[in-house]
Amino acid sequence: MTNFLAPIGATFLAFLAVTGRIVIFAGQSLGAGFTPPYYPRRILRQIVDIGYFSLPVVGLTAVFTGMVLALQSYTGFSRFNAESAVATVVVLSVTRELGPVIAGLMVAGRVGAAMAAEIGTMRVTDQIDALTTLSTDPLRYLVLPRLVAGLVALPFLVLVADIIGIFGGFLVGTYKLNFNPSSYLTQTGQHLETMDVVSGLIKASVFGFVVTLMGCYHGYHSRGGAAGVGQATTYAVVSASILILLLDYVLTAAFFAK
Amino acid sequence: MTQGTTPKISVRGVKKSFGPKVVLDGIDVDCAAGESLVIIGGSGTGKSVLIKCILGLLRPEAGSIRIDGVETVGMTRAQRETLMRKFGMLFQGGALFDSLTVWQNVAFGLIQGRGADRDEARRIALEKLAAVGLGEAVGQLSPAELSGGMQKRVALARAIAAEPEIIFFDEPTTGLDPIMADVINDLIIKCVRELGATAVSITHDMVSARKIADRIAMLHKGRIIWQGPTAEIDRTDNPYVDQFVHGRAEGPIEMEVRAA
Repeated sequence: MTNFLAPIGATFLAFLAVTGRIVIFAGQSLGAGFTPPYYPRRILRQIVDIGYFSLPVVGLTAVFTGMVLALQSYTGFSRFNAESAVATVVVLSVTRELGPVIAGLMVAGRVGAAMAAEIGTMRVTDQIDALTTLSTDPLRYLVLPRLVAGLVALPFLVLVADIIGIFGGFLVGTYKLNFNPSSYLTQTGQHLETMDVVSGLIKASVFGFVVTLMGCYHGYHSRGGAAGVGQATTYAVVSASILILLLDYVLTAAFFAK
Repeated sequence: MTQGTTPKISVRGVKKSFGPKVVLDGIDVDCAAGESLVIIGGSGTGKSVLIKCILGLLRPEAGSIRIDGVETVGMTRAQRETLMRKFGMLFQGGALFDSLTVWQNVAFGLIQGRGADRDEARRIALEKLAAVGLGEAVGQLSPAELSGGMQKRVALARAIAAEPEIIFFDEPTTGLDPIMADVINDLIIKCVRELGATAVSITHDMVSARKIADRIAMLHKGRIIWQGPTAEIDRTDNPYVDQFVHGRAEGPIEMEVRAA
């Protein structure tokens, strides 16, 4: 019995230890932002990298997600003569769930992996130690700008993804499913509430923070040369993806549970 | 102890382990102001760990490290950042920032660490590059475009750019051909003398150690087993030192390797 429980207990304790280390890492990094020097240019550069350069991949996934959603909703709802709900389902699904989740996952794959690889390489080639010896706090210089950029850039990215996703649904709805464009748009706006969009943007901000935190944490603590950097990159993407899906449920429950 | 006799660096009883592996087992070593101390020892004996403990990159489990008589173990982040301004460091692999150009690497500590004006920092960076024999054109290149020897010279220029009081050299000649290694040794001597800095180097290159050291200390199994003026290293009767400096396969160090 003891032999059976020991590994479970050890895994649980290891999980708690890692969680604690990540929270301390995030706290120290954010805490560094309250004292000078500040690096606004580096934050701006990261915002451009995360937000602007992720637009193509997020836009493409958003448009196809909206299109598939319209098609699948129509297939399902036509069995109950509820085809008119397609536009409403598309807009609510995209703004509340799919926009932030799809954008978060895409950014985790594109940006989180790149951050872990870049910071990990800096770690194993002593560049992070070099920053310290040059009187520069690596958390303030490398990590904080990325965390702030993740918080700020993702909501903008998701806003664009929402619009593109809804447009994808509109294209399928009007060109393939023969909805009247005007009535489709009316349906789209009719049941959409401010909270639907705002909740999605808050989720986006949280996901942006999680993606950059995982990328920075795993990169910062990578060890053992190229293999260690590769492992850090994998951990960054996998942990960020799992956390996005987990936090999506938690936030949805917090926003909409009655 | 009066100010005049206070060692620039004083290390007492420093211990550091990684898991069950004891790397530093009570290190005692001093370095006087303006002195060039070289720490020698085989690979994996803890030379880099010792230098990282002095720099504050690693925290020792026990012992005291004083810089100018001030205890540095347990310093806060802010205190450490201020202390770092006394230090310059040449890393074994150069550790140049590959996202920046050569001159930006050299000027980094001036701009980011000390808030210097960008144009002024650029001027100083080019001046330091010239001091290590690199022209202005090199300043515009990326570190990836440089040879190993040039990267070491850029790293040296970066280490001396802010004119630190103490400069650390981690295996400065490793991986270089003998001629380039000698060039780097000459540059280290020149730069340290011009700055009047204290230098602490770690190496297993005895040619380099003999050339740049005023005093040599040998690290073995986590302890300083011998230290003295450079001229005395060939006269010591310590069998470990004798084996190491003559690079003999047979001797007490090899016997221990075999026993393991």
